[in-house]
Amino acid sequence: MDIKFTLNGNSQSLSTEPDRRVIDLLREDLGLTGIKEGCGTGECGACTVLMDGETRLSCLTLAAQIDGRDITTIEGLQDMEEGIILQKAFEEQGAVQCGYCIPGMEMAALPLLTLHPNAARNDIKIALSGNLCRCTGYVKIVDAVEQAGREIAVKKEGL
Amino acid sequence: MNKDTHSHTRLEIGKSHPRGDAADKAAGREKYAADHYPENVLWAGAVRAGIAHGRLLAVDVSQAIALPGVITILTAKDVKGSNRQGIIHKDMPVLVDDRILYCGDPVALVVAETKDILSRAIALVRFSTETLPAVFDPESAMAENAPLLHEAMPGNFLMQAEIRKGDAESEFSACDAVVEDEFSTPVQAHGFLETENGVAWQELDGKIVMIVSTQAPFRDRLEIGHAVGLPFGNIRMISPALGGGFGGKDGATVQCLLALAALHTEGRPVKMQWEREENMLAGYKRHACRMRYKLGAKKDGTLHAIHCNLVYDTGAYAHLGGEVMELGMEHAAGPYRVPHTLIEGKCVFTNNPVGGAMRAFGVCQATFAFESMMDMLADRLGMDRLAIRQKNALVEGDENCAGVRMITSTGIAGCLDILGDHPLWRSANNWKQECPPGRKRGIGLASVFNAAGYGGKVRDSAIAKVELSLDGRIIVHSAVTDMGQGNSCAFSQIAGHMLGQSPEFIELRQPDTATAYPSGSSSAGRTTYTFGNALIKACEDMKARLINRAGLLLFIDNDRDLALEPGKVTHGPSKRDVSFTQLASFMPHEDRVCISQFVAPVCEDIPDTAKGFFIAFPHIIFAYGAHLARIELDTATGVITVCDYLAATDGGGIINPSMFDQQIQGGVAQGLGYAMMEDFQIREGKPLTKDFTGYLIPGSLDLPDTISIPFLGHESTGPFGLKGVGEVAMNGPLPAVANAVHDACGVRIFHGPITAEKVLAAMNL
Ligand code: FES
Ligand code: FES
Repeated sequence: MDIKFTLNGNSQSLSTEPDRRVIDLLREDLGLTGIKEGCGTGECGACTVLMDGETRLSCLTLAAQIDGRDITTIEGLQDMEEGIILQKAFEEQGAVQCGYCIPGMEMAALPLLTLHPNAARNDIKIALSGNLCRCTGYVKIVDAVEQAGREIAVKKEGL
Repeated sequence: MNKDTHSHTRLEIGKSHPRGDAADKAAGREKYAADHYPENVLWAGAVRAGIAHGRLLAVDVSQAIALPGVITILTAKDVKGSNRQGIIHKDMPVLVDDRILYCGDPVALVVAETKDILSRAIALVRFSTETLPAVFDPESAMAENAPLLHEAMPGNFLMQAEIRKGDAESEFSACDAVVEDEFSTPVQAHGFLETENGVAWQELDGKIVMIVSTQAPFRDRLEIGHAVGLPFGNIRMISPALGGGFGGKDGATVQCLLALAALHTEGRPVKMQWEREENMLAGYKRHACRMRYKLGAKKDGTLHAIHCNLVYDTGAYAHLGGEVMELGMEHAAGPYRVPHTLIEGKCVFTNNPVGGAMRAFGVCQATFAFESMMDMLADRLGMDRLAIRQKNALVEGDENCAGVRMITSTGIAGCLDILGDHPLWRSANNWKQECPPGRKRGIGLASVFNAAGYGGKVRDSAIAKVELSLDGRIIVHSAVTDMGQGNSCAFSQIAGHMLGQSPEFIELRQPDTATAYPSGSSSAGRTTYTFGNALIKACEDMKARLINRAGLLLFIDNDRDLALEPGKVTHGPSKRDVSFTQLASFMPHEDRVCISQFVAPVCEDIPDTAKGFFIAFPHIIFAYGAHLARIELDTATGVITVCDYLAATDGGGIINPSMFDQQIQGGVAQGLGYAMMEDFQIREGKPLTKDFTGYLIPGSLDLPDTISIPFLGHESTGPFGLKGVGEVAMNGPLPAVANAVHDACGVRIFHGPITAEKVLAAMNL
């Protein structure tokens, strides 16, 4: 089928099988390999993207479901102020080890930070609880989201 | 710190510079093996046996090969080499030619145009088998007349060994207190997020090139070459950053199958990626272990004698099972002085999935038993649990339980002191008294240690190569994989420090056997230690050379006042400089490369204590740690919450404190999973655990904010005093939680993991 959607701010139309998994569409057909497949069954969150601003597991989403929607992947973060702040915070806080879970973590954190930049530590943990990381023990990941939240809050107040 | 300021900062040892790979990884730009989709790529996948023990009678590929888009289907007869892979023992078929020894054994290899066609074709391959009687636990595998897995291995023993020091058997009578019990630990899955995968293709000259998620690119060539019949010079391995490894990518996973496929696709690239379910079935696992312990001490708490017996289930093939057991035995009496030790080990084949290397291999099993015994002994003697550990802690000059004299840095006492001074310990009683109703609080301790390096009889070496590139940067050719632990970032930091450079003048290349030099694996707490030492020497040579060549260009008759600065060599007195780009264009290629090797020290004075060991004994360098867990237990449900966790660690000198903490926090996280939730279930050789729905690993809400405190030691043989800390932290959580549960409610759990059900059942006894 032909589908049309917005991908990281650009409109995209392509022809694909309606039941093609969005993760394969993004990684294999469009070369956006930033999101990862950790399980394929909705358990790890490494494949998280945003659909109309909300987190969505791309391994459980089919091509037909994104027709007409607005999709943001990790590659789109560099065009968003919050995204840049978030990535920098991950870098500076030492939140990144193997890095395989990190794009998904950032995508999971982004909607929270946009709505509640001052989210409490435990709320951050709740927001990230669907994303598995096998390397870090989460301490520095939560530190990074906290740092990003503080910076985003300052920016917002400054406006 | 923003990008601009830190990018001009010189890299220095001891500073928490952001990891060199963090920006790319945080932006999703890092290319892992799994991210490679070469043009025209084909997909390969294995047909798995599905039975635990049998004979393969025939494979019928007729239906599958008829499916449009199937390129080829290979069976054992297509394998030109030995058709046996394995790191030390070559006993595992690439494709089954006769016997099936576990459910995951591959019987055929399918190559197809797409992933989808591949999975349909795999389902269409038919094969017939004759089922043979199987053994699913070591006890029955060791029984008389049990079916034999490997003809050459009577009794199904991969290895039987013993460490004997003093006279443990008779010295128990000289003890004032003796405790005795039995423990067991479950199979653990690595749970790295990037499953086993790679791509491979054959070049026109016949060479096979592979990009694989592997911990041992150099050694892989030997394994692949042997198994599929290729001169190893014809195999080029490239190992990009790994999405986790933890030991599970040490030894061939996809490699031999992929190489075999690439030999049959006329140059078209082939990709293989195991799905999570295949990873659970065919990926290597941590060995389940059964341990019997007897420990005796004098009235004042001085340890006197220990006798223990460890039985490891290695599954169907050897992999590193023998070495796993040996390492467990070498650590079986903890980081303590015990004059009389008798440590027996058995590593046994069963028709279960294959046991392999996993972070702190062999050791975290024994640590559970030993550290539980230490608390039991303290209780028996009415002693303080910290005091009994401090009293017996090894110091330099002591003999460890294997009879090896500790001549390298030995910081366990220092770690225990940090713990004893910490508010989490000092406020323990108050904290327990403030316990809310319906709950119980407890505090548990564990002393841990973990050997670094391969141990005796195995050359533990690395060769570092640094190169001045034509565009004026220093390229560090890493030869040991970065599976996430950050060794490659440490290498950049070392090179930057040695050569006075800032990050933008250092380029790190991940291992490629075509350009880097043969080095050991990324494993065994040796990665940064061994390669780091080689790199220091290579950088010293490079520094001298750059200064010398700059002197030539500047017409200066000595090297005295020349110094390295970011991107250039400067001459202070004349205020002149030469940029690296100028230097590079002046120097021929060989002149721009410095290479240096380091071979790790081995024990010079090997005690006559070990029998039945093959290689890898003894070790002389250990990292140490003292752990504390504060837990709260819900008395109605048995659910345990770990409220606080503290790890004090002796890893010698520290290159990057933030990265040091990463390793400790990550090791503790994996250890807490092992302690409380991870239980890989196998029934009659078949994993019941198929994915992360059935195999729970800790999420963000399951873990405390682990506090990591370094004991600032110095290992004189290490790069900047460093010892590896990748493994040691894994050992603490299981015994610390077990001891905390006992402290909270008087119940001791002897069989990991410590789940709510077990705690509740034990409390209600
Ligand atoms: S890959 Fe989608 S949740 Fe794991
Ligand atoms: S950093 Fe490796 S899985 Fe999170």
